[in-house]
Amino acid sequence: MSVLVAFVAAVLVGCGTWLLLQRRLSRIIIGVGLLGHAGNMLLMVSGGRRGTAPLIGTGDPAGFSDPLPQALALTAIVITFGITLFLLALGFRSWQLTNDDVVEDDVEDRFIARQQRVDRDIADEILAEAAQAAEEDRR
Amino acid sequence: MTALIPLPIAIPLLAAAISVIVGRSRQAQRVIGLVALASTTAISIALLIGADRDGILVAQSGGWPAPIGISLVVDRLSGIMLVTSALMLLAVLIFAIGQGGVERQHVAFHPMYLVLASGVAASLTTGDLFNLFVAFEMMLAASYVLITMGGRADQVRSGMTYVVISLVASTFFIVVLALVYTATGTVNFADLAGRIPQLPQGTQVMFAVALLVVFGIKAGLFPLFFWLPDSYPTAPGPVTAIFAGLLTKVGVYAIIRTQTLLFPAEAQLGTLLLVVASLTMAVGVFGAIAQDDMKRILSFHIVSQIGYMIFALGLFTVAGLAAAVFYTFNNIILKTSLLLVTGLVERRGGSSRLSEVGGLVRGAPLLGLMFALPALSLAGLPPFGGFVAKFAVFDAGVQSSEWVVVGVAAFVSLLTLYSMTKIWAGAFWGDPDDRPRQRPDTSDTLGGPALMMASTAAVVVIGVAVMIFARPLYSLSERAAEDLLEPIRYVSAVMGGRP
Repeated sequence: MSVLVAFVAAVLVGCGTWLLLQRRLSRIIIGVGLLGHAGNMLLMVSGGRRGTAPLIGTGDPAGFSDPLPQALALTAIVITFGITLFLLALGFRSWQLTNDDVVEDDVEDRFIARQQRVDRDIADEILAEAAQAAEEDRR
Repeated sequence: MTALIPLPIAIPLLAAAISVIVGRSRQAQRVIGLVALASTTAISIALLIGADRDGILVAQSGGWPAPIGISLVVDRLSGIMLVTSALMLLAVLIFAIGQGGVERQHVAFHPMYLVLASGVAASLTTGDLFNLFVAFEMMLAASYVLITMGGRADQVRSGMTYVVISLVASTFFIVVLALVYTATGTVNFADLAGRIPQLPQGTQVMFAVALLVVFGIKAGLFPLFFWLPDSYPTAPGPVTAIFAGLLTKVGVYAIIRTQTLLFPAEAQLGTLLLVVASLTMAVGVFGAIAQDDMKRILSFHIVSQIGYMIFALGLFTVAGLAAAVFYTFNNIILKTSLLLVTGLVERRGGSSRLSEVGGLVRGAPLLGLMFALPALSLAGLPPFGGFVAKFAVFDAGVQSSEWVVVGVAAFVSLLTLYSMTKIWAGAFWGDPDDRPRQRPDTSDTLGGPALMMASTAAVVVIGVAVMIFARPLYSLSERAAEDLLEPIRYVSAVMGGRP
């Protein structure tokens, strides 16, 4: 049983990672959701073997399933749910602003890279002029 | 004294709820926020004094003994971090109120800021790995809202990167939690400290690396820092200041806590930490040198400075850990003050780009002074607090004969000074080259509205106070380091004498 659950978790992680690497936020959100599910499944596996509902007074405590991972998974599910909603709102805001939900590159990075290219071009020009001047001197 | 431990978490959280209820009145929200954070600061100071005098303070929530209940623990390290973070949160809130802007326009600012404060306090006091996850999520959920507050296109763009990378880290944290629970059957720090050494050594090292990756994303370690210089600068001014000051250092705190407490000496990642630290220091500072925007320069410096803390931690000696603790809280103060000054520069000059502002020292000399003090301290010039911190790190490195890393750290230190002089020459000297995009506001003779100036000055003064009281503060850090190297003290305090 736990091998099956672990296998399902692995498949979920695989699909989630692929979706996470896409450019569109809508796909990323689904990917994050799948990754969250995979984490929760692993939490369930960590509880060990199956058992009866862990309610005091309903049976033999030795036959209970471990309640802690269930509580942990529940907390994690609530948190993932809230953050997913926030991401959806962010995607909606992006769609409002740009009619798209593509995650763009860092503009400042490009600005700095261009800046350095400009610097290099100027340096190249100066060197070329100096070489030309030297050539003319020799003549 | 132990009754006070939950209060730094509970007071801001309760205040956040009230702040939502009175959302129509900004004045009421301000009063609630200030009262909550001021009382949190007072309680944190009391907790630090208590933890320093009586040893580690423990509160078992709900009266359930560890490891069944959730333990809240304040030792010296937690206490130092609590006091520093509470002071910075209070100062930045005053700055935000003085600035208006995002604080005035959005109902959600005050509640979210208070949730952030509560999340930070919870991360610093929790004695439970899962509770640490929840505390991080509290802190991060609030930070998602604060970083995109305003909803501008660039904020949405960088907000997406920030939220997605944080979510990846959180998911990975869940996976690690599941694995740790499967292997040990507990998530309580003190209990884990007893059980992890019984695992096979490969498993121990795997857990140590996995936790380092989880917290490394939050702390901005190389190569997991790439999101940080992109997302922090787009946030509203005061928010950038508090994020830069606090959030990454909470990640560093989590790294220090887990690596020292949970893992026995043979599973500690000394060499890995030293290599990562050198690369973090160097890559961060090289990134900073290339930038043009003050906020981005300082954001890259956050990354570089994290390297120093991890370097000091990686030594796993009393001197190293004491240096790490001292460096961390000193850096929180310096980074917050530098980014608050950047907020003032942006207001005064109309931009935070070095190519667009200039000559500020003529119109606003006080602003120049408030930048120069923490900047020189950050670069590590004597006699500032940053010099004491860096000297402690170098000294610890030399004691452990880690010459290569010490060499890298010294070189990076020079480059830090270079980029600070670059900011100084670009923003405070010379003439503005281009016309800034926004109209500069030169109406105030001081350099900014009184409330913003006063709160920035207060943080700068705290930074100077670190220099004046360097000796008692360093010996406090040393005592904190001794606690960290004797995990048995933490374990016996939490487990009540049981092994």
